[in-house]
Amino acid sequence: MEQGALLTGLPAAFFYLFAFVAVAAALMVVSSRNPVHSVLYLILTFFNASALFLLTGAEFLAMILLIVYVGAVAVLFLFVVMMLDIDFAELRTGMLQYAPIGALVGLVLLAELVIVLGGSSFGPETVGAIAQPIPDLAIRENTAALGDVLYTEYVFFFQLAGLVLLVAMIGAIVLTLHHRRDVKRQDISRQVARTPETSIEVVEVESGKGI
Amino acid sequence: MSIDLNSGLIALAPELVIVLGAVSLLMIGVFATGSGVRIVNGLAVAILIFAGALVILMPTDGTAFNDAFVSDSFTRFMKILTLIGSAVTLVMSVGFAKAERFDKFEFPVLIMLATLGMMFMISANSMLSLYMGLELQSLALYVVAAINRDSVRATEAGLKYFVLGALSSGMLLYGISLVYGYTGTVEFEGIAAAVTNGEERQLGLLFGLVFVLAGLAFKISAVPFHMWTPDVYEGAPTPVTAFFAAAPKMAAMALLVRVVMDAFEPLTSDWQQIVAFIAIASMVLGSFAAIGQSNIKRLMAYSSIGHMGFALVGLAAGTQAGVRGVAIYMLIYLAMTLGAFAFILAMRRKGGNFENISDLAGLSSTNPLMATALTVLMFSLAGIPPLAGFWAKWYVFLAAIEADLYALAIIGVIASVVGAFYYLRIIKIMWFDEPLGRLEPVQGELGTVLGVSTVFTLLYVIVAGPVEAYAEVAARAFFAG
Repeated sequence: MEQGALLTGLPAAFFYLFAFVAVAAALMVVSSRNPVHSVLYLILTFFNASALFLLTGAEFLAMILLIVYVGAVAVLFLFVVMMLDIDFAELRTGMLQYAPIGALVGLVLLAELVIVLGGSSFGPETVGAIAQPIPDLAIRENTAALGDVLYTEYVFFFQLAGLVLLVAMIGAIVLTLHHRRDVKRQDISRQVARTPETSIEVVEVESGKGI
Repeated sequence: MSIDLNSGLIALAPELVIVLGAVSLLMIGVFATGSGVRIVNGLAVAILIFAGALVILMPTDGTAFNDAFVSDSFTRFMKILTLIGSAVTLVMSVGFAKAERFDKFEFPVLIMLATLGMMFMISANSMLSLYMGLELQSLALYVVAAINRDSVRATEAGLKYFVLGALSSGMLLYGISLVYGYTGTVEFEGIAAAVTNGEERQLGLLFGLVFVLAGLAFKISAVPFHMWTPDVYEGAPTPVTAFFAAAPKMAAMALLVRVVMDAFEPLTSDWQQIVAFIAIASMVLGSFAAIGQSNIKRLMAYSSIGHMGFALVGLAAGTQAGVRGVAIYMLIYLAMTLGAFAFILAMRRKGGNFENISDLAGLSSTNPLMATALTVLMFSLAGIPPLAGFWAKWYVFLAAIEADLYALAIIGVIASVVGAFYYLRIIKIMWFDEPLGRLEPVQGELGTVLGVSTVFTLLYVIVAGPVEAYAEVAARAFFAG
């Protein structure tokens, strides 16, 4: 596609379809009354966002969005929403009160963005300067192109991401793991290691007396 | 100058030591029983000191990993400050852990991982490493803030910090994406080159700059992104608060300096306005809002907001003298803050720790030594000559005046005078109010930290020469090329 050309034809139709559904579904996420519906709308938003990624030729991002967010995160959300007994109607009471201010701030920011981004253009020289341009799909697939650099040029960032995940794991354990001492747990190695000598005691009981 | 992979790993040696140390300590903590917490804590301090020694003894200059990681005199200076902040916090937490049942071996490990994130922040040379380092640090800090999970206040502090921190990360990322859109690169040198070679100044790029600065200002708790600070400082356990006030500020300030001096150097006149505004707002709010505080941890929160404002005055100058001023300011701020928190941790009577300033009444007659130490620290925080705090302010204001930022310097001095009120109030309460009773005996490590920091602030003039020379070398890293 030529730089700076407007989307036309079928791609344009699909772009607007996905974009409108994504925005509408996102609005429903925050405004729907039932939290389960909110999560379902969230999944709809993710699907449309992933379709938008597909339109730009980023098929790896599209798939990863579905797998990670819909497959794992949204399902987790659903479980949490269903399991926790939270009165969402009560949580929502303040919303109408804050909504006007929030909407005002959002509108001001939107207006600023439109003015700024409308008045300046992402210049053509920028496209030439991109360090890792997306290769043509016919030459190299997106996923393979990512793999080319992820473990070589970007290995530093890859390892750092691993450390972030390690911290997340430690944090989850620190904040949620309770060592309860009042619960009896089965310790199979101790059970197996028991012998008659350690567990049976022969006591001579005098007649007329207890132990 | 870029280094190949093997030398790159050598440049990364201090960080690697901390990674391996943190992972092994995690194992030791899980399997050691009984005094495991103390062992892990002690080893963590040893590893941090060892990493600091590596930073000093194995200096490498240049960038590694395709310009993602930079090492120069400035990164070394700030890394040493960060490591001191983390190690001293761990030392101070020992007694608190015993008294308040704050005994989780994960605490030192998380502090180490947070420190690791800070070191990556300091050495960040591209927007990607900036963000990864920042998230590594922040995620560990969120957990540490809420580590006392049975306390409602601590969990509230952790949650508040997490939600606002995630928001600021979002702003930062949005800014980074805009900057990438207008320059085509995430590397700092590349951004600077793209801005210099571009035909005209793009408004959208400035928009990205504003968002990036907003995200970073949140991390140093500068006004108007400071709202989380007093609540988090008050709610978190005191050793955690001490850590928040010391180490992360060093790293975030270093990162801010690196971003504006390297990546946005061609846009100096633009970011100068933003930094000057943030500096003024922080100084003024830090001074006025602290007046009404009765809790000493909240007071220190506002004090830290104000001090970040003063440090930013040096950055606003945008000169070598300014960066030197920031470096010296952070060093002196670190010393004073650690001393003040050693005192706060030592504020114990029979009923346990107290945090109200009014409970310090008459401390001069019951614990004269401690009262004197805190008096010196408070005078220094207020910026009374010839204590260290005065010299810190002197360098940044001098840089501002040399850069013709007279208004900024004058507002700074006025804010400093207003701020002196609440520091002096503490001194007045300690020396002239009716005594309330003795404190419990101070633990050795707290006494040592308090003593060292008091002596440092008192006798700063003696070491001013070498400190200034070292900071000068650090600041030159941005002006050599």
